[in-house]
Amino acid sequence: MNDESILGVNALTKSYSTSGGELTVLREVTFDVRRGRTCAIVGPSGSGKTTLLGLCAGLDQPTQGTVHLDGIAVHSLNEDGRARLRNKLLGFVFQNFQLLTTLTARENVMVPLELCGEKGADHRAVELLQRVGLGDRLDHYPIQLSGGEQQRVALARAFINRPKILFADEPTGNLDSETSGKIIDLLFDLNRASGTALVLVTHNLELAAMTDQIITLRGGRRVDPL
Amino acid sequence: MSFNRWIWLMAWRDSRASRRKLFLFSCSIVLGIAALVSITSLGHNLEIAVAEQAKSLLAADLVVTSRQPLSERAEQMIEGLGGEQAREVSFSSMALFPNSEGTRLVQIRGLTEGFPFYGAFETFPTNAGEIFRNLPGALVEESLMKQFNAKVGDPIKLGELILPIVGILQKIPGEAMVFTTIAPRVYIPATEIPKTKLIKAESLAKFKVFIKYPPATLVEEFVKKRRAPFKELRLELETVEDRKRDLGKSMNHLQTFLSLGGFIALLLGGVGVASAIHVHVKEKVPSVAVLRCLGASANQTLQIYVAQGMALGLLGAIMGGILGVVIQFFLPRVIQDFVALEIQYSIAWVSVLGAMGAGFVICVLFALVPILPLRRVSPLAVLRATTAVSHHRDPLQWLLFGIMGLGITGFSLWQSTRWYHGLAFTGGILVAFGLLALVAKLLISLARRAITPSWPYVWRQGFANLHRPNNRTLLLMLSLGLGTFLLLTMYLVQHTLLIDLLPAGKGRQPNTVLFDIQTDQISDVENLLKNRQMEVLQQAPVVTMRLASVKGRAIRDLLKEPDHRRVPNWVLRREFRSTWRDQLVDSEESVVGVWPSQKIRDSIPISLEEGIAKDLAVTLGDDLEFDVQGVSIATHVAHLRKVDWKRMAPNFFVVFPSKTLEAAPAFHIITTRSNTPEAGAEMQHALVKNYPNISLIDLTLVLKTVDTVVSKVSVAVRFMASFILGTGLLVLISAILTGRYQRMQESILLRTLGASRWQVLQILVIEYFLLGFCASLTGVVLALGGAGALVFYLFKLPFHPPLLAPFVTMACICLTTMTTGLIMSWGVMNRPPLEILRGE
Repeated sequence: MNDESILGVNALTKSYSTSGGELTVLREVTFDVRRGRTCAIVGPSGSGKTTLLGLCAGLDQPTQGTVHLDGIAVHSLNEDGRARLRNKLLGFVFQNFQLLTTLTARENVMVPLELCGEKGADHRAVELLQRVGLGDRLDHYPIQLSGGEQQRVALARAFINRPKILFADEPTGNLDSETSGKIIDLLFDLNRASGTALVLVTHNLELAAMTDQIITLRGGRRVDPL
Repeated sequence: MSFNRWIWLMAWRDSRASRRKLFLFSCSIVLGIAALVSITSLGHNLEIAVAEQAKSLLAADLVVTSRQPLSERAEQMIEGLGGEQAREVSFSSMALFPNSEGTRLVQIRGLTEGFPFYGAFETFPTNAGEIFRNLPGALVEESLMKQFNAKVGDPIKLGELILPIVGILQKIPGEAMVFTTIAPRVYIPATEIPKTKLIKAESLAKFKVFIKYPPATLVEEFVKKRRAPFKELRLELETVEDRKRDLGKSMNHLQTFLSLGGFIALLLGGVGVASAIHVHVKEKVPSVAVLRCLGASANQTLQIYVAQGMALGLLGAIMGGILGVVIQFFLPRVIQDFVALEIQYSIAWVSVLGAMGAGFVICVLFALVPILPLRRVSPLAVLRATTAVSHHRDPLQWLLFGIMGLGITGFSLWQSTRWYHGLAFTGGILVAFGLLALVAKLLISLARRAITPSWPYVWRQGFANLHRPNNRTLLLMLSLGLGTFLLLTMYLVQHTLLIDLLPAGKGRQPNTVLFDIQTDQISDVENLLKNRQMEVLQQAPVVTMRLASVKGRAIRDLLKEPDHRRVPNWVLRREFRSTWRDQLVDSEESVVGVWPSQKIRDSIPISLEEGIAKDLAVTLGDDLEFDVQGVSIATHVAHLRKVDWKRMAPNFFVVFPSKTLEAAPAFHIITTRSNTPEAGAEMQHALVKNYPNISLIDLTLVLKTVDTVVSKVSVAVRFMASFILGTGLLVLISAILTGRYQRMQESILLRTLGASRWQVLQILVIEYFLLGFCASLTGVVLALGGAGALVFYLFKLPFHPPLLAPFVTMACICLTTMTTGLIMSWGVMNRPPLEILRGE
């Protein structure tokens, strides 16, 4: 991993103990993502895409191998250390939006900044929601928003802490094609504007083709040429 | 754990969709806290009342009591005590109200001038407490006046004396009014007592001397040095401090009982809170995972829900505190009859805040049980729901259980007068909770295994509701079972005491006891009864005596032995009423030895009741020496027998053979039976008119008066039980409501698939019936065990539970559970599926 890398993954392996013995879902995957660049992880269902994303984002611990985010060895941090790292460096967008149902759009967006005790969370949340076209829906609850609107709130939340890298898990998986197009445009626009690297998991090869780098997985192994 | 502004803000935001539910959860602990607040506050008010009314409790600085006429030596010693003195002689005898011709056994008290030195009689008219001694006249207790419809100015006949009633007695300093209903009191001037001609040498009278000292006298110090010589003469000395200690003890017992009842309600509420929070936080797992993903630490996410638990506890404590203060207005009325004090109502803020604090802590501790696992929610759950919570045992949870156990034990020990009572209470709670939880687990397991495809669909669904995820089986078993257990236990104990102890009016059982019959009156009284077709069921002579020595050791020496080695005081100092006869009677059974027949050497063989023999630590052949009004009688134990004390017959600890006691001063007891109340009243009237010295106990009336006393006790018990039952009902409602969403989803699905409302209704009815049935059945089994143990070990009576009560209880609990369940689920069945989906 060099200074240009924001994410460095080396020989990453993940296994689970099951009643039928040990199950390896990811085997010795290695790749780098450079700062401000975009990367897609593709592969059939069960190939280990989501597992890889979770490990890269510090949501889980690898069985073997290393993950470095902005030069920090994620695999050696404890859960609270990884949580701090996620809060400072990362942004997330999920297929099912994962908004907090009891919080308004504005409050959902504010959470990452409030967590680290930064001032001006409200002002920045309003600014971002206006940017994603939801300036008039600030105090609406998720249940009062459409799927596309919810994903736009999730995008605003993902960018509020000015992340260095954004992880997106099937960001358009729950949306119709028209809305998907708008969300993808917004995602890439925000990404470019803030210089954030993007790692996204998708089945959509058209979307994958829009990224700078494609990692293809099959049976837990990387099968694309290095 | 530091709760910053964001934590509180998130707790508030997170609660938005569930505030109504959270409010309902907090209601579970409201009644428990209210009970504790009102009881601890009452305790504080009682302490104040005891301190303020200390002297009027005794109405004097010192009281000397004797159960026999004061000897010359006793008189000299009492003279030596100095101070201003007043005297009272009291005994039981019959009173006749000539106007209504009513008769009743009363306690006659003859008073000299001066009493009470502190406090005052409360009478109508108000000056009657002063004038009855001068007129002379009688002060008659209110209950007695009401019974015979008497009014001031009417005459009352006591033995051969007729006096006008000059006042109605409403309150006597230092005496609780509830106990007066058994033998209502009649005060007359001491100078009039001889005119009644009721006191004879063998009469069971009590003699008291009340003494007042100048204000600066240190009575306690003064009495300390004099207790021993007075004790030797069987004279009891009682100071204000002694009375305060005794009263403090009985107040403690009352308060302990009420507090522990309140505590059970609070614990039950705590279980309700834990269960409701469990459902609440389970719904919040996805939110926790999102927060963890966004960078919140495990502690931060935990703090959000702990803050909610604390807010819930605070809300419950505030509501409980307010309700408790309101209840405190009524609580003194509930217990006023048991205490000899005028309880002034005031809010004891320290006690109120203390009880609220205890309630708050209990609520938070119980809420922590389901909240703690949130620490282990993985952020990975945002990607895969199956990885939400780690199922490994959390050491912190064990620590929490330990703290809860210590807290419960600590509270029980604090509230109990003896440490082993506290431990027994904790043990009892654990056994009850444990057994109910075990039955719940068995029921869940049985429901899982029992269902077969051959069952009708609604039965399969109803059973399945008991074991599937998020079932309410354990919680409802605990709340309903515990409520059933406590309420039925109280009823069964009350029933046994009332019905089994006093089996009046069946077959040839006596319902009237005549006593104080002189030897020369026996044949006349028997004739009087015979003329009225009333059979003499039993006749026994009675000689009053005291123990002088046991196995050659004098009583005074035995009394000096250390407590743990000594025969109980009451046995050594009690007055034995013994009889003579040559055979066992129906209520007795031979245990060991030969029935006493003839005198061997200078010692009389006697038959001893096995219980008293055990207390005295004597067996066959051991010597006992009795003092029969100054005459010493040597005896030895020749026979031990078992006595059925429950039988309404003259029963005795000591039975002498014939031709041994006939020369001693004796009175006789006759038991008989009147077939109608009118015949009984006519006989009583004739008896009192012709033989005023003979007293009579109407067992039907005793049954009524015992019922009155037990009913008053039951008011306090039911008062406490209502908190437990109320809490159980709140827990039931909140448990049903927390499972409502799940029920709604399933009902909608069933109805979408073609199930009729009737089928959905049947499924719910089956589920709630099974829960109510199993919970009440376990509660009934626990109650039978608990009441049986109480009756057998505490009241030393055989336990014969009424057959109907357990079934009626089970039917009521099943019906309540089904009704509450159906009312709370009504919307599930009646609203169209689409509306429900939108509404939720």
